[in-house]
Amino acid sequence: MLKIKEYVKVKDLEEAYQLNQKKSACVLGGMVWLKMGNRNVSTAIDLSGLSLDTIEETEEEFRIGAMTSLRTLETDERIHAWTNGAVKESLKHIVGVQFRNCATVGGSIFGRFGFSDVLTMFLALDSYAELYKGGIIPMEQFAAKKRDRDILVRIIIKKKPVKAVYLSQRNSSTDFPVLTCAAGVEEQGIRVAIGARPAKAVLVKDREGILNGFSQMDAAQKEAAAEAFAAFAAETVATGSNMRASAQYRTLLVKALVKRALKQAGGVDSGN
Amino acid sequence: MEIKFWLNGKMIQAETDPDTLLLDFLREHGCYSVKRGCETANCGLCTVLLEDKPVLSCSLLAARADGKKVVTLEGMQAEAEEFGEFLANEGAEQCGFCNPGFLMNVFAMLKELKDPTEEQINEYLAGNLCRCSGFMGQTRSILKFLESKKTGKEEAKGQ
Repeated sequence: MLKIKEYVKVKDLEEAYQLNQKKSACVLGGMVWLKMGNRNVSTAIDLSGLSLDTIEETEEEFRIGAMTSLRTLETDERIHAWTNGAVKESLKHIVGVQFRNCATVGGSIFGRFGFSDVLTMFLALDSYAELYKGGIIPMEQFAAKKRDRDILVRIIIKKKPVKAVYLSQRNSSTDFPVLTCAAGVEEQGIRVAIGARPAKAVLVKDREGILNGFSQMDAAQKEAAAEAFAAFAAETVATGSNMRASAQYRTLLVKALVKRALKQAGGVDSGN
Repeated sequence: MEIKFWLNGKMIQAETDPDTLLLDFLREHGCYSVKRGCETANCGLCTVLLEDKPVLSCSLLAARADGKKVVTLEGMQAEAEEFGEFLANEGAEQCGFCNPGFLMNVFAMLKELKDPTEEQINEYLAGNLCRCSGFMGQTRSILKFLESKKTGKEEAKGQ
């Protein structure tokens, strides 16, 4: 059961930061995960009065406030168009509309949960986490970072042209994913992220240069490269077992989903 | 702590604990349509509208409603009566326990989506679980309700 001694709707980020330095304090996101645990919170810090629940677009980037709901992100036409619907696809299987109206982007990212569709998706985009004290850091760095007492303010997506694809495998609709996969193909390079391994999402590094020049390849070359990189990902991405699936099954999924995602992002076909 | 918000069109002001869930607060204030279901944010039984958006009252602190507008099924009786007839005609009301949360999400959907397709309906209502009637009857009732809005109530009911 979640117990809260004091609730503070903060007036600014500095107040939130100062209150959050106490170990028993907690910044509230959407609370859908938080309230399911057993926890005694001395001070619940509510950021909802700081106007961080909107998505701003500038020439160079999308700036997504940490308190933006998953539903707001899902229904944002600008992000939908920019990511070829990939962001919407990454969100629409998460429980239901009511859940996504509660859950926040900041809560999903800050938690660095293994099951997070959201983190997998953002890792495949040229995205950054804006921290109150820690500044703006690449999402990959943020995902790997140990949790600290800083405040996540925004998520930033750079507006580089990208062909993005999001795929997930679920045992049943709206359940936690068994495996997630996102690919972002940019002119400068490709990002492929795997999540729900069941550990938190990671980027698959193309150490062997299998995908070099992927955008310029013809369909047959793209298919071969996608297959080779999928095999490489299956070998290198660590998977584990839990009640939803075995490590072996997940590794098979890594191979299948990476290949499909790359083929779809490369415009070869539907990926199947 | 003291909170103040609009509940079904009336301003209420009350003392609450910082960890009181909106679900419990609403039931304490007479809104018994708001049901406690799974408590893992999965079933949609506790759905209410917060600033016109459907949310899970089992996952929100009452404190978060401060200064906002909350609507429960008690505040939508006319709409419930109108749509409830279609639900009953399809045998989709069954035990009735999930109905209030389901209805609230249907009303939110009808406000948000103009003329939704069957696929959009199923997608929007994926977070409302019913363990006795299944979902076919519910979907039929919505489609017939929408049809009635277009062509006239009696014709749609008779289909």
